[in-house]
Amino acid sequence: MESKDQSYWNDTSRLMWITLAIWFFFGYVIHAFVNVLNKITILGFPFGFYMAAQGSLIAFVVLLFWFAKAQDKIDRKHGVAEDE
Amino acid sequence: MATQSQSTAAFTQQLGKYYASYTGAFVAFVVLLAILEWIGVPNRVIGYLFVFFTLAVYAMIGIMSRTAQVSEYYVAGRRVPAFYNGMATGADWMSAASFVGMAGTLFLLGYDGIAWVLGWTGGYVLVSTLVAPFLRKFGAYTVPDFMSHRYGGNFARFLAVIVLVSCSFTYIVAQVYGTGIIASRFLGMPFEIAVFVGLAGILLCSMLGGMRAVTWTQIAQYIILIIAYLLPVIILSTQKYGIPIPQLMYGQAIQDITAREGQMLQTGLATAAALKPHIVPFQTYSPLNYFGIILCMMVGTASLPHILMRYFTTPSVREARQSVAWSLFFIFLLYFTAPAYAAFSKLEVYTEIIGRDITQLRPWLFTWGEIGLIKICGKDAVNLDAVIAACKAIANHPGVVRLQDFNINTDVIVLSTPEIAGLPYVISGLVAAGGLAAALSTADGLLLAIANALSHDIYYKMLDPNASTVRRLTVARILLLVVAVCAAYVASTRPADILAMVGWAFSLAMAGNFPALVMGIWWKRTTTTAAVLGIIAGFGLCIFYLVCTRYFPQAGVTYFGMSSLTNPTTGANLVDIAKVMADPKWVADVPASAANPLQSKVGWFGLNNINCGMLGAPLGFIVMIVVSLLGKEPSKEMQAFVDEIRKPRGQTVIQDKAS
Repeated sequence: MESKDQSYWNDTSRLMWITLAIWFFFGYVIHAFVNVLNKITILGFPFGFYMAAQGSLIAFVVLLFWFAKAQDKIDRKHGVAEDE
Repeated sequence: MATQSQSTAAFTQQLGKYYASYTGAFVAFVVLLAILEWIGVPNRVIGYLFVFFTLAVYAMIGIMSRTAQVSEYYVAGRRVPAFYNGMATGADWMSAASFVGMAGTLFLLGYDGIAWVLGWTGGYVLVSTLVAPFLRKFGAYTVPDFMSHRYGGNFARFLAVIVLVSCSFTYIVAQVYGTGIIASRFLGMPFEIAVFVGLAGILLCSMLGGMRAVTWTQIAQYIILIIAYLLPVIILSTQKYGIPIPQLMYGQAIQDITAREGQMLQTGLATAAALKPHIVPFQTYSPLNYFGIILCMMVGTASLPHILMRYFTTPSVREARQSVAWSLFFIFLLYFTAPAYAAFSKLEVYTEIIGRDITQLRPWLFTWGEIGLIKICGKDAVNLDAVIAACKAIANHPGVVRLQDFNINTDVIVLSTPEIAGLPYVISGLVAAGGLAAALSTADGLLLAIANALSHDIYYKMLDPNASTVRRLTVARILLLVVAVCAAYVASTRPADILAMVGWAFSLAMAGNFPALVMGIWWKRTTTTAAVLGIIAGFGLCIFYLVCTRYFPQAGVTYFGMSSLTNPTTGANLVDIAKVMADPKWVADVPASAANPLQSKVGWFGLNNINCGMLGAPLGFIVMIVVSLLGKEPSKEMQAFVDEIRKPRGQTVIQDKAS
């Protein structure tokens, strides 16, 4: 029983760290290079500016839908998902 | 179970029908007003119709969903589907600061303003991974409910209520202030009275039906605010570049702005000191403050009680997670448009106003000048004569508007863009209705969070645990009224600008709530003593830094080793502290007045006081870890409780009472 709970929590924690790593990349890391990225221009946008104004936001939305799905899969695998 | 999910599906479908016909009716209403304008109905009447019609709709929804059931009042019966809860959270979240203030900030600051956009979206990742689903499983009515259960009772509850009230109250004042600006401009009444009119609208929605009424009104408000935000900028994009997708086309606008910036410098329409190139980073905020704002806003998102409590209303933990994703999607629709809004209106201002002969100014400017929000040549642009006189007073003025002559309050950008671009007045009215919806919906959520904490946590759980249902809800409603009036009073004194107030609310929430929430869920070893000390230390440090730098900067300099913040481009100090401190006038100015040169300009490590959460939250974590390790492990029951909230399956830990 104990180990079953433990393996569920290990999977959940791993997913949490992966999600937060992606979040950290799009929230901070990429914007530290804004001056370099601004040298590239796409559709009139300097790329560094674009990533802050739009790119990272799109990444966050997609990340959250993916996370909800992935966590649900973990819940089902370990039999702790709620009934529909 | 099968019948239940069937009825849930029917309920969701019915909601879809209601809101689809509601949207249709609203569009028809806008078209009707456009026709009225075309046949010559005066602008003021159109403004009134917009404001009163939308207020009447919110009030009607509020009255129709009034309730006398405790679980309906506090958590809307826990049956709001993920998609609709996402929409309601969107409205709850997007306040006057987002709708009215954000594009203005982006207009003024260019790249540096995007820190707010990033901070106010990325935080939802933390909400979903670290906090909200677990609180939903716990089955709380309020955030202090969780603190009390996890950290040994009423003292932790009391601390959580203090944190909740201080951050929500700061936030709500900003909303009421925004409502006042809109009402005073579009209804033509004095600001101080307009604040109380806006307040009446807020109360109509939330008084009778609590969370249930607020949820259904917020969805209605979301629909209005998103239409109102997108429409003008879609029209602008089509006018300028022929394609109605502003989010793609403003790349062109940015190029045009950069070109125009160079041109203005060459022709003497702007000085290098007055011009902040739109795309160049770190001109207003140093990298430390830029990333600090992103972090504080993100972590603050995951700590704000009025947002977290929205996820208590979903039918399941699974839907709570999906709902966070939908929330961010609906918020994203506005936020990824805001930079486009800023770019289009900046281009309009740079080409339509800057460089124009001062005798040729268009009359819409003066309606904003009258309420002190647009200044030309250093004076309120009340009318043409006043502008000409003000500019004459400047030596060698060329007689055309230069960039340094033109000062527009950031809160005006969104509201005035339709006028700047010469669109019909009906669009201006629509934007005002949208701004009002944004401010009201957030104020509703905040008021409810405060009133619930006071009635449920303080009155019911701490003072009178035997209070009857009727009595509890009556107390909740009275408290709602009291808090609302206090907020309106503070707002009518015009304490600061919207964005700064909202920023503080986030930092306070971050320092006070985040460590205790996250550690309580993710580390079983966290003890009661550690959490209580951690909250006091973290929140205390944050509030100390805020109050000291803003109200007592002299003491900060003399006793706490604070120094001047610096200009990120030149590295020079923002104020010459030695000189100011030598002047007895400023030394005696305690608490510091708005004119005091030291106010919010001093600090440690060059950290802006909006970012006080950056000091508080880490301290909170450190105290919690160290004190926990020094103390005894929490009881078996407490560890079992933590295990229980980690698993979605099964009953909520706290059962809703049927009453």
